[in-house]
Amino acid sequence: MKLLKLITSLSVVLVLGFSTLSCTEKKSENVSKGTEMKNNDGHDHEHSEEVKSENNNMNDSEMDQTNMDMDMQKSNKSDTMIKSYLQLKNALVYNHSDDAANTAKSILRAFKSFNSDGFSDNEQKELVEIFENAIEQAEHIVKNANNIEHQREHFEVMSNDMIDLLAIIGSDETLYQTRCPMYNNGKGGIWLSETKEIRNPFYGIKMLTCGSVQKEI
Amino acid sequence: MVIGSVGTQFIPSDLNQSKIVPKEDIIKFYKPQEEIISLLKNSCYDCHSNNTVYPWYSKLQPISWLLESHIAEAKDELNFNEFNAYSKRKQKAKLKSIMSQLEDDVMPLKSYVLMHSNAKLTDNDKAIIIAWIEKLRDSL
Repeated sequence: MKLLKLITSLSVVLVLGFSTLSCTEKKSENVSKGTEMKNNDGHDHEHSEEVKSENNNMNDSEMDQTNMDMDMQKSNKSDTMIKSYLQLKNALVYNHSDDAANTAKSILRAFKSFNSDGFSDNEQKELVEIFENAIEQAEHIVKNANNIEHQREHFEVMSNDMIDLLAIIGSDETLYQTRCPMYNNGKGGIWLSETKEIRNPFYGIKMLTCGSVQKEI
Repeated sequence: MVIGSVGTQFIPSDLNQSKIVPKEDIIKFYKPQEEIISLLKNSCYDCHSNNTVYPWYSKLQPISWLLESHIAEAKDELNFNEFNAYSKRKQKAKLKSIMSQLEDDVMPLKSYVLMHSNAKLTDNDKAIIIAWIEKLRDSL
């Protein structure tokens, strides 16, 4: 009997041991993915360095042209973010949790590769804080493919970040800042939409048209 | 097999123990009332701060490894000792998450409460914490 007990407790210890190992493996996989992302970022920066050094050899009119190109580049980047954000919003409207998780991956890439060169120091500081927070929200949305309510909570926080982000970097697209008064225990929640028509991402199809447009941006 | 299991007991893990409480600590900085301080310390600080009060079984491997990786993950998500070092934006987002985790009964984790019965939060405890968090969030 004692022997049986010993064997049982030893196997519990072993099983726990194995599960620890498999957790660690998963972790290291994530870490290597993270490094890959960082490498991509590094590449972007290298590219902007090249652009800068070319600038040094230019006359004024060429310089203006490059500045315009860089402005274009910036708004293109906000376009990618807006596109992914709206896709994410629509996935939540229609209760598609898996799609929301997948779209959050592309929004995460767009956030991480944003180049804030050319903005003032204050704006850059603000941008760092916005992206740090928004990236965290996107990561939670990616991780919670089976929990749409949790995804929605993080989407609401991300929506506030997006509004503050677009106030700094601008957007070519017309967007509608929309508010649902019921969300957050009656404190209200805000999101951005491409249409004036209300499609509520916080409650989805059970309360599709709850909310009103606050302003156009 | 027996030798292996006994052997692993001698592999040390770095313990999450620090006597220094930084000035950015949420309790030190925002000074909640005593009742909230003790609720936070009893139910949250073991995983979400730089100082864990370890149970006896935590010395056993591989439990020790499991605990340390769990604590590292928890602190990465939210470290009350560093709370005021976060940007105001991040603080607000964290406070919102704390409220919803309490409302949805996700935190403190069931597995943790199972081993630490004094960490269990009653509905009244939760209401007290949530009211304070809500006030703090509105003030930021």
